[in-house]
Amino acid sequence: MAPVSTRAFSIPRPASSSLGINATLQRLAWLVGSLLVFAILWQIIAEFLQNRYLPTPVAVFDVLMREARNGELWKHTSATLLRVFFAFVISMFIGTAIGLVLGRYKTADRFFDAWLILFLNLPALVTITLCYIWFGLTDAAAVTAVALNKIPNVAVNMREGARSLSKDLSEMAIVYKFGWWKTLRHVTIPQLAPFSAAAARSGLALVWKIVLVVEAFGRSNGVGYKLTIAFQEFDVTTILAYALAFILIVQFIEFTILQPLQARVSAWRR
Amino acid sequence: MAPLNGMNVGTPIHVLVKRKTFPAVGDRQAQLVLRDVSFEVAPRSFVVITGPSGCGKSTLLNIIAGLDTDYEGEIDLGPAKDSLTFIFQTPRLLPWRTVYENIALVLPDGDPRRAEIPAMIDRVGLAEAANAYPERLSLGMQRRAALARGFILQPEILLMDEPFVSLDDPTATSLRELLMELWHSQPTTVLFVTHDRSEAIQLGTRILRLAPGEASVAQDAVVNLNEAERRDRAAVLAEQNRIFAAT
Repeated sequence: MAPVSTRAFSIPRPASSSLGINATLQRLAWLVGSLLVFAILWQIIAEFLQNRYLPTPVAVFDVLMREARNGELWKHTSATLLRVFFAFVISMFIGTAIGLVLGRYKTADRFFDAWLILFLNLPALVTITLCYIWFGLTDAAAVTAVALNKIPNVAVNMREGARSLSKDLSEMAIVYKFGWWKTLRHVTIPQLAPFSAAAARSGLALVWKIVLVVEAFGRSNGVGYKLTIAFQEFDVTTILAYALAFILIVQFIEFTILQPLQARVSAWRR
Repeated sequence: MAPLNGMNVGTPIHVLVKRKTFPAVGDRQAQLVLRDVSFEVAPRSFVVITGPSGCGKSTLLNIIAGLDTDYEGEIDLGPAKDSLTFIFQTPRLLPWRTVYENIALVLPDGDPRRAEIPAMIDRVGLAEAANAYPERLSLGMQRRAALARGFILQPEILLMDEPFVSLDDPTATSLRELLMELWHSQPTTVLFVTHDRSEAIQLGTRILRLAPGEASVAQDAVVNLNEAERRDRAAVLAEQNRIFAAT
């Protein structure tokens, strides 16, 4: 969020935010270091066991490179990413809207609470199969199925956020005549931001896992589809290669977008 | 809107609360908080509303501010009603905005008063903390910021609800002095709620005492102290004993 317009006052900001680059490097060092240790452990165990169903990370990496060169990797991950993106955006949007309404209006909350619990506990497999049966084996059905799994989750998070909106601060905004836009931007959204960030982070992880299931069931491209093919051939190396590719992508999004976003919305905390 | 300072002495405020009750909740019965509370406030006067906790002082202030509309009666603030500011019991700063931003936010974009923010921050003694987030400041400093936010608007009416409660003595005293200084340079009609009688005498030109049970104004007294005497503990105590002799 941009600061209030006039920046006439030139007193340095508190130290925490001026350490930006250092803090990022440190975060990166921890991430790379811990993943490296994991890879080394895996390599040692795989070499020790010598089992064709547990390939070494080096072998997995070779397959990954091969798939990248022949274009298969890009084809399938991009298809998956597109589905993840749409499912994520749709579920964040609808889930937030539902959550805010339930958090603000007691009657709506009382009525829809049971629905929410129902959808929260509906197994992903059920929504997926039903969506395919009702809407056909299409991308729209696939994305809908994923969104339906994620929406209740986002709604529950945002409902907590809406419930915890401070009455003190909204009275302050009334007395100081903030108007609806200023109130939304400077009073309401900053209070909801931590809930939204939490929903986004847990959401991304959930969405991409369910997208793979949806693809395994009824799509002819995407990482999920590729994994089913590899499963039919008991090709563990390819399974791990694609899993690795996707983990790297999700880690990248987490590291470059979601974590900085969360750090930014909570910079003011003591 | 243009500040009316110096050009217009303003019109009095009329307050009439015939009846204010809190509705029954669960096992608790409905509670009568205020009944036939009626008074008039001269412009540019510093009126302190005092009384023990639970006597309805804060409720009265919320009604005057327009935050509580569920009452019988009539509040007439006159033309000054659009120039009203409320300084709350807690600072109520936005924790995710710096001190400077918190103050700037109460002014519309491009308002000429924005240019005065640095000077105002300096006056309340927060020059070093202008770009700090409120939660990194002490309560006393947060209250200074809240005062700056209130006074930057140059309000015609200033409502204050125990703004110096739960501070240590020296901090509270220095904040009272700051308030007096700001009030003298920017005279405005003040309604100040406190349960602290000594504070009431030090600050107010007039005291309205609410009593529990009666739910209406029990006493309306003028404070006869000049500026020097207000700083003198003995004089304040003598005046306190005179005004509150009956209780």
